[in-house]
Amino acid sequence: MTPTLSDLAVGQDIGSRSIDVTRTDLVKYAGASGDFNPIHWNEAFATGVGLPGVIAHGMFTMGSAVQLVSDWAGDPAAVVDFQTRFTKPVPVSDTTGTADAGAVVEVSGAIGAIDADKGTARVDLTVTCAGQKVLMKAQAVVRLA
Amino acid sequence: MTINPDLQGRSYPAKEVYDVGREKIREFARAVKATHPAHFDVEAARALGHSDLVAPPTFAIIVAQRADAQLIEDPDAGIDFSRVVHADQRFIHHRPIVAGDRLVAELHVDGVRAMGGGAMITTRQEIFALPAGASAATADGREPVATATSSILVRGEGQ
Repeated sequence: MTPTLSDLAVGQDIGSRSIDVTRTDLVKYAGASGDFNPIHWNEAFATGVGLPGVIAHGMFTMGSAVQLVSDWAGDPAAVVDFQTRFTKPVPVSDTTGTADAGAVVEVSGAIGAIDADKGTARVDLTVTCAGQKVLMKAQAVVRLA
Repeated sequence: MTINPDLQGRSYPAKEVYDVGREKIREFARAVKATHPAHFDVEAARALGHSDLVAPPTFAIIVAQRADAQLIEDPDAGIDFSRVVHADQRFIHHRPIVAGDRLVAELHVDGVRAMGGGAMITTRQEIFALPAGASAATADGREPVATATSSILVRGEGQ
């Protein structure tokens, strides 16, 4: 059921989602977005520039985290403003050939603010990987009826 | 290599048209693990009042990063792409991006701040939809679609 503004309260939980990430997912995101920076698919290059290994695109993490909001709002177009800071990288282990995830990103959301005049609610997302916050100030403003 | 401080305030006009296709929306949606039917099924998108498939909320990054490439590849800017880290990102949607849109992006360099031996560069991409048949340079009748802003940190030596 689609949420309505008048039924919401600040602090209300909108749910959570767990996202499995593999090296294949990063290759798919590179192709779909056009961001072919080798730190997202080449181990030797990534370690050569001082990273722990291949890391996810910040935009992959941001883009996959917002689906919780799209699905909750009932229409992806309801997201009228979406921002984040990228604070920690998401290292993705090479699990090629197995059914295992190379990283797991945990996303949860809560209502951070309601603006009745504008007809919008702000959803604050908490996005972690291996217990560390990887996005900060991840906020999606949603227009609701 | 040092960042040119005169970059601040510089603008790059819309250069190329990006045609938003249904299969690209589906491909991008799958790549960010989105499953909402409005990204995949035209009838589901129309049932929500949209003219065609709706792009995911971060789809505009494709157009924004193409515009940013003009700055990063500008030899006068002094940016070493291998030392670039994405620091923050924001999208303000003036209206949803849908399949069939013909988009252009104007690039504005809003801030350049020295940080250690490197710099933080804030750019803004104003994204517009062109009327049918219009060329990239057309300003008449184009519709504001999204404003994207991003900051990139260009790490200095030893950072």
